Amino acid sequence: MSATDTGFEPTLIGFTCNWCSYRAADLAGTARIKYPPNVRLIRLMCSGRLDPVFVLKALADGADGVLITGCWPGDCHYLVQNRYALRRFVLLRRTLAALGIEPGRVKLVWASAAEGLRLATEIGTFIEEVRALGPLAWPTARRDRSMAAGPPEDEAGVGETEGAEPGGTAVSTPAVELVEAVP
Amino acid sequence: MTPERPTFAMCWAASCGGCDIAVLNSGPRLLDLAAAFEVVFWPCVMDAKYRDVEALPDRALDLTLFSGSIRTSENLALARLLRRKSKTLVAFGSCANDGCIPGLANLSDPAAILAAACDSPSSDNPEGLRPVPRWEAPEGVLELPAFEPILRTLDQVVPVDYRMPGCPPEGHRIEALIDLVLAVHAGTAIMPPAGSTIGAGDTTCCDECPRRRGIKQIRAFRRLQDLASLDPDLCLLEQGIVCSGPATRDGCGALCPQAGAPCAGCYGPPAGALDQGARLLSALASVVEAAEPAEVDAVVETIPDPVGQLYRFGLAGSLLRAGRPAWEAATEADGLGAIPASGVAPAAPPGIPLAAPSVQLGAPGVAEASR
Repeated sequence: MSATDTGFEPTLIGFTCNWCSYRAADLAGTARIKYPPNVRLIRLMCSGRLDPVFVLKALADGADGVLITGCWPGDCHYLVQNRYALRRFVLLRRTLAALGIEPGRVKLVWASAAEGLRLATEIGTFIEEVRALGPLAWPTARRDRSMAAGPPEDEAGVGETEGAEPGGTAVSTPAVELVEAVP
Repeated sequence: MTPERPTFAMCWAASCGGCDIAVLNSGPRLLDLAAAFEVVFWPCVMDAKYRDVEALPDRALDLTLFSGSIRTSENLALARLLRRKSKTLVAFGSCANDGCIPGLANLSDPAAILAAACDSPSSDNPEGLRPVPRWEAPEGVLELPAFEPILRTLDQVVPVDYRMPGCPPEGHRIEALIDLVLAVHAGTAIMPPAGSTIGAGDTTCCDECPRRRGIKQIRAFRRLQDLASLDPDLCLLEQGIVCSGPATRDGCGALCPQAGAPCAGCYGPPAGALDQGARLLSALASVVEAAEPAEVDAVVETIPDPVGQLYRFGLAGSLLRAGRPAWEAATEADGLGAIPASGVAPAAPPGIPLAAPSVQLGAPGVAEASR
């Protein structure tokens, strides 16, 4: 638990399947099995319903990680849709890696409706994994103003078109603590 | 001519210039354009100064086609100037709408981009010089436009009235747009709702593609040049070629697939799709024929550059790159998100394309109606 020293509480979105993992989460509740509150579960009818855009939107809007859960292969309520979820997940993870987002921020877990304990454990594990990764540091951040690669006095010329605007740098960043973690 | 002629401007920010060529390519129709419009500003074809545009009253330009994305402070100033001076500002072409090929530079930081440009094996730059925005020479101060930290689409810096996708937009679509604006000026037609995508359809390139479609089961994606032979009638995706058709707006007539080349995706995401790359990702992953994670990985590995493939035209406008945290992280240091001096509010949520109606300019039937 050394990673918790930073005080960083990851925000996670979980997309759960109606027929298995959402019920597993329900079961965890009725069985009084606790898991950390960092994850916000969203029920889908099937993991195959997961459009990759859901994951991108969650990350783009401030989630630090996304958990996708579905029925074990062979147990899908809709026969094979969880296999489609797996295929999308594999390609999505590669794409995210190429975009500079750690693949570990997106995880696929199979959990049947009877596996409340397993789901709770997996959620706990995933939270710690994301906590270790830290807040999602956007690779587009350019704090080093080395773009002109000139000496520091070039600074004045940058963004000169809005030179008349005072305080242009003080763009308010409400609720984006993510920004703070950029080195 | 009478002063009643509508005014026209076209400009060219960070782009290849192909959009200007596409307009010029309209042959005899170009003469109609020149006769019908008072061409005020069009750097590609005539001499004009920015100060001439600045001297115009606000909203003096009836139709402004803005091609290109925002890469430098000059592009940004021009976008704001033309927004202020234009009644109708059209984000014209893929660069202005989605970022296009120049948008792929957002994968690299600006220093790396300049290094690639200035230190490439083909450049003669032994002193390792770099352009700087301001240089004090004995004769006076020299200024160059500053290189912005990220490339942005037009609607990420100013509000845009219409979007016209394509790399470049197809000629018959351009003619239809010109006809429509003339009809509006003559009072015989009305412009489509603001925010519409014009000159394109709502569905995908696949709907226009005549190739035969069956069951897609791909065990390995292949590049065109690696195929011994190509079935001229069968869907390219079914033959293992990564085709962007399923995730690309229709409007071009599926020209590339008909010529035997996969759709590159230049018309951007179809109506209702938030992110072209995610849509294509979904489509491609669905046709992978593999069950075990390792097998899936092996198939997916045959797409060597997923971002370049999925986001070839849409990286700058993509959900992740234009999403709020990424946006603020990238722009915070520069105050790029600040309200422009013109008083025009910056485009509302950065880059998230809202679902808006599209209008089939130039489609059979529709073009006639608008004339």
